[in-house]
Amino acid sequence: MKRFGRAVLGHQPIGLIFGAPYAVFIALLFAYPLGLAVWISFHHYFFTAPGVSVPRPYVGLENYRAVIDDPAVRQAFLNVAVFLVINVPLTVALSLLVATALNAAIPFRSFFRTSFYVPYVTASVAMVGVWLFMFSSGGVVNHVLGPLAPVPVWLINQNWAMPSIAIYVTWKSLGFFILLYLAALQTVPKELYESAMVDGASWWGRFKAVTIPGVRQATTLVTILAVITGANLFTEPYLMTGGGGPNGKSTSPVLLMYQTGIEQNHPDFASALGVLLVIGVLLVFGVQWFLERRRT
Amino acid sequence: MKKSRALLAAVIALPLGLAAVGGGVSSASSLAGTRGANGTSGSTTAQGPINIWYSNNAQEVAWGEQMVASWNAANPRQKVTGQQIPSAQSSEEVIGAAITAGSEPCLIYNTSPASVPTFEQQGGLVPLNGFPGAASYIEGRTGTSANVYKSPDGLFYQMPWKSNPVMIFYNKKEFAKAGISTTKPPLGSYSQFLATAKKLVSSGVAKYAIYPSPSSEFYQSWYDFYPLYAAESGGQELVVNKKATFDDAAGKAVAAFWAQLYAQNLAGKETVNGDTFADGTSAMAIVGPWAVVTYQGKVDWGVVPVPTTKGSYGDQVPTFSDAKNIAMYASCKNRLTAWNFLKFSTSPTEDGKLLDMTGQMPMRQGIQQVYASYFKANPAYKEFAAEAAHVIEVPNVNNSIQVWQVFRDAWSKSVIFGKQSPSAALAGAAAQIDKLVQSNSSGEP
Repeated sequence: MKRFGRAVLGHQPIGLIFGAPYAVFIALLFAYPLGLAVWISFHHYFFTAPGVSVPRPYVGLENYRAVIDDPAVRQAFLNVAVFLVINVPLTVALSLLVATALNAAIPFRSFFRTSFYVPYVTASVAMVGVWLFMFSSGGVVNHVLGPLAPVPVWLINQNWAMPSIAIYVTWKSLGFFILLYLAALQTVPKELYESAMVDGASWWGRFKAVTIPGVRQATTLVTILAVITGANLFTEPYLMTGGGGPNGKSTSPVLLMYQTGIEQNHPDFASALGVLLVIGVLLVFGVQWFLERRRT
Repeated sequence: MKKSRALLAAVIALPLGLAAVGGGVSSASSLAGTRGANGTSGSTTAQGPINIWYSNNAQEVAWGEQMVASWNAANPRQKVTGQQIPSAQSSEEVIGAAITAGSEPCLIYNTSPASVPTFEQQGGLVPLNGFPGAASYIEGRTGTSANVYKSPDGLFYQMPWKSNPVMIFYNKKEFAKAGISTTKPPLGSYSQFLATAKKLVSSGVAKYAIYPSPSSEFYQSWYDFYPLYAAESGGQELVVNKKATFDDAAGKAVAAFWAQLYAQNLAGKETVNGDTFADGTSAMAIVGPWAVVTYQGKVDWGVVPVPTTKGSYGDQVPTFSDAKNIAMYASCKNRLTAWNFLKFSTSPTEDGKLLDMTGQMPMRQGIQQVYASYFKANPAYKEFAAEAAHVIEVPNVNNSIQVWQVFRDAWSKSVIFGKQSPSAALAGAAAQIDKLVQSNSSGEP
């Protein structure tokens, strides 16, 4: 009995008490909504007032079929793929490079560290307002580019709307990822750099042979968080391109979930879309995990 | 051992999740006896304190506050607590969420007719016909046009309250600079409108002639396509007898007109911050009288009816109402107080104050005669009052919001961005909308 108790409760049962509040928090605010979303996705469901009894029949995969058959959904996933292809490598490369620079003994280091972090903590609505102005037809970006500026202008150009959003999100969230890399860089032993220098390695050689392998775990974390950010994209297309324009070329799956689930009261369709999105993100992580394992 | 602990966690978590899921379902059915769909089983005789929400623009807040204060002074035992509708992306979203949570107030003075079918489907609205004399009160105040606000079951789930007839505002200063008449601007027909628009832009007085929002929200077509369609079709709604109407000559003419404005860069395609008419970026705006306060001190404006192919003159041209109505919500306990307060807030006195404080048109018969002194003092509003008698509404149909989103997507793709011919886009949207309105409210054919 004692052995069984230890097997179940562990060596320090009191740990369960300490962990319980967070477990309850996770169960109520994450596990339950996720479970409910999965349940809704297999039923015919719409939101009702409390106490209103309506039939909610099991419909099997009908909602999933509707999601997959919807061209707007396919376009939204394609848009998010475009976003991720631009945003994730750009985020990883820029944040690592800037973090490396900010980790070196440069003048006004604290000022620069703060500056890069400011967009991350500033309200999206305010930032989007500035970017809308900058990327408008009469904005500073077009003035600088002159005849090279795209026509139609960035955010109403079918080819440029999503890349513009990806660049904006990269810029806005860069400060956070720089912070992660700065923390990781503190753990890279100085001796490795000294040894590389003794061996005559250039700056690029040290960066490639010491820094990049030294912050590999941080890179994995940054990649995962950037993918999650991309999968959850909502505010930027809602505000920057007026709800996913032009012609749906910047609609994201989450924006579609909002339109169908909240605005149109079809949470069954929206839940099926959400579940597919979660599966998609997990697949991306699965591939990454597999590649990581093969490398190590 | 780790596996054992994971199993323990799962054993604890699973019932939690299932109980929560199951709880949601069983509680809905167990309460059904006390409160049926559409909230009809609540008492229509209960009196006591109630809560209300009103819009969050400064003028309506001022009107709401004084109205609540007047009521409370006379009815201390039936206290009304008013507040602005909570902020969100849209009022409809807030109200929909509040209905689901059962936290909506008794009355909301910002209920969009387009959302009524959805709120009804949610069981969130109280049919007003349950109160003695309600139908005759509504029809007596608004006239026969109140009938468009009846739901397909013949009941009133909304009280027609105020309209904002959508018209063409023009900037007199910019028109004068471009050498265009400011008293009788040539904006009646499509050809006149296009010629005027070209003159405004080519003369450099404004970057764009007109700038309706080009964004993709479902309601944006109420401020470009729909008013002109109302005028061109002689007052036809988007859907009639469960069939889309707009894939006709009138709809195609309206689409071709706007397509020309966009193709010639006379209308802006970019999402912008702020009001382009107020800041002079565009010389015209297509909006209702609620926007007048935004232009005060910034633009010397004039107003004309929306154009038609043959030319629209006078004040009999149909347009979109852009109405906001009052609805009673299912969580309301003291419904008799709510009904009496609703009648108080739509009395001739309060309607007059609404007109005076907000410039918006109460949906009351003969407002020009009833409030003659107001219109004498504010002659610019006469046009809106006259137009208020010729407005059309959004159709009260199943999947209403989805219908408008489908239309907006087709409009955006074809008319604004020119990626499809407007005729083909309208035909495609009409076919989709037919299916949506002919399916039941839960989306099943």
